[in-house]
Amino acid sequence: MDKWTFGITMMIVGVGGTFLTLWILSLSVDLLKKVFPLSAEEKGPEKKP
Amino acid sequence: MLDSVIAGLSGLASGGSFLFSQGLPNVIMLLVGGTLLYLGVKKEVEPLLLVPIGFGCVLVNIPLSDLMDKGGFLRTLYDAGIANELFPLLIFVGIGAMTDFGPLLENPRILLFGAAGQVGIFLTLLLALALGFPELEAVAIAVIGACDGPTAIYVASQYAPQLLGPISVAAYSYMALVPIIQPPIMKALTTPAERVIRMKALKKSVSPQTKLLFPIVVTLVTGLIAPKGLPLMGTIMLGNFMRESGVVARLTKASENEIANIVTLFLGLAIGGTMEGHAFLKPTTMAIFGLGFIAICLDTVAGVCFGKLVCLATGGKVNPLIGAAGISAYPMAARVVQVQGQRYDKKNHLLMHAAGANTGGQIGSVVAAAVMLSVLKGMGLI
Repeated sequence: MDKWTFGITMMIVGVGGTFLTLWILSLSVDLLKKVFPLSAEEKGPEKKP
Repeated sequence: MLDSVIAGLSGLASGGSFLFSQGLPNVIMLLVGGTLLYLGVKKEVEPLLLVPIGFGCVLVNIPLSDLMDKGGFLRTLYDAGIANELFPLLIFVGIGAMTDFGPLLENPRILLFGAAGQVGIFLTLLLALALGFPELEAVAIAVIGACDGPTAIYVASQYAPQLLGPISVAAYSYMALVPIIQPPIMKALTTPAERVIRMKALKKSVSPQTKLLFPIVVTLVTGLIAPKGLPLMGTIMLGNFMRESGVVARLTKASENEIANIVTLFLGLAIGGTMEGHAFLKPTTMAIFGLGFIAICLDTVAGVCFGKLVCLATGGKVNPLIGAAGISAYPMAARVVQVQGQRYDKKNHLLMHAAGANTGGQIGSVVAAAVMLSVLKGMGLI
């Protein structure tokens, strides 16, 4: 494999892989927040307008 | 008797005579070591690292000191913690123990800023290849753009140990220079109207269970996608899990204080030990410093441009300046965003959003390095 094929592959897979991984992580956090929502007690008293 | 006295005296003079005959690189590096000490002590630029690095640099450049030879003090430290990756990983446990991922968890989409902030790594890789560096060296140099000292050391010690000294010094120096490097780029890429966009305050929405499970989920997901980076992500998340569990306060405190401090001292000295004049003063060193600078500039450009895209997509609800915080220099990059935001609107508080992007950058830098290593493995290069 020549250097440029290596570089371009690394660029495409690297940037794509990083975005994909972090996007999956953000979805996982959404899921965690749905499964373990903040209880009313943990939220504390609601502020009155 | 006279002969033995002369022989004894010649032993005392050998260091000085070496310095005058073939020690010019050592003299230059003694000055470099002195400059690092000056920056650390007088200017307080990353003193925890620059002081031991500077002193290690001075020690190793005193002629015939043998400190980096087999059995020497600095060589022993190098072999004990850098050659086998141990020191950067122990530092990562401390970083995990110190980091609050709360602002990131409040708005998980902000993690994507942590990905945008790593684009400079991959662009710099192309530049390093264009300059003629072999593949693995180019990867190690590009990782300076992660703005993450331990990750840069981890990758360099594994795949380009001959470049460890310049890569480490460049990584830590540029991390310290983030408040100088980023603002002009942020200003050049944003309009006055974009800079004063106010973002909604984050509402408390994350339960303790989510905070506790987050490090485990990150470890599993990134470990499955990019297993070559698992030591990096595993250690940072171990530190964070200990912090969030709240049941091992002693271990958490030890990780963020005693262990991190001791390892930082040993790591700095051992890195300084790699800065011996004859090995360090090469054109490649200058190229590495230049590429490292470009990498951090490109990270900032990519982050702010991504911020502009998100701003456009959300109808102007996101201030593009927070894109600059998508790098790993924590909490410095977040502070830069806050300061810049308030420069144009004194009542604009971007800190929590920027802190979220910044912790995303911490995860993103490790993910980017892990992805690179796994791709290298996939290609059969490591």
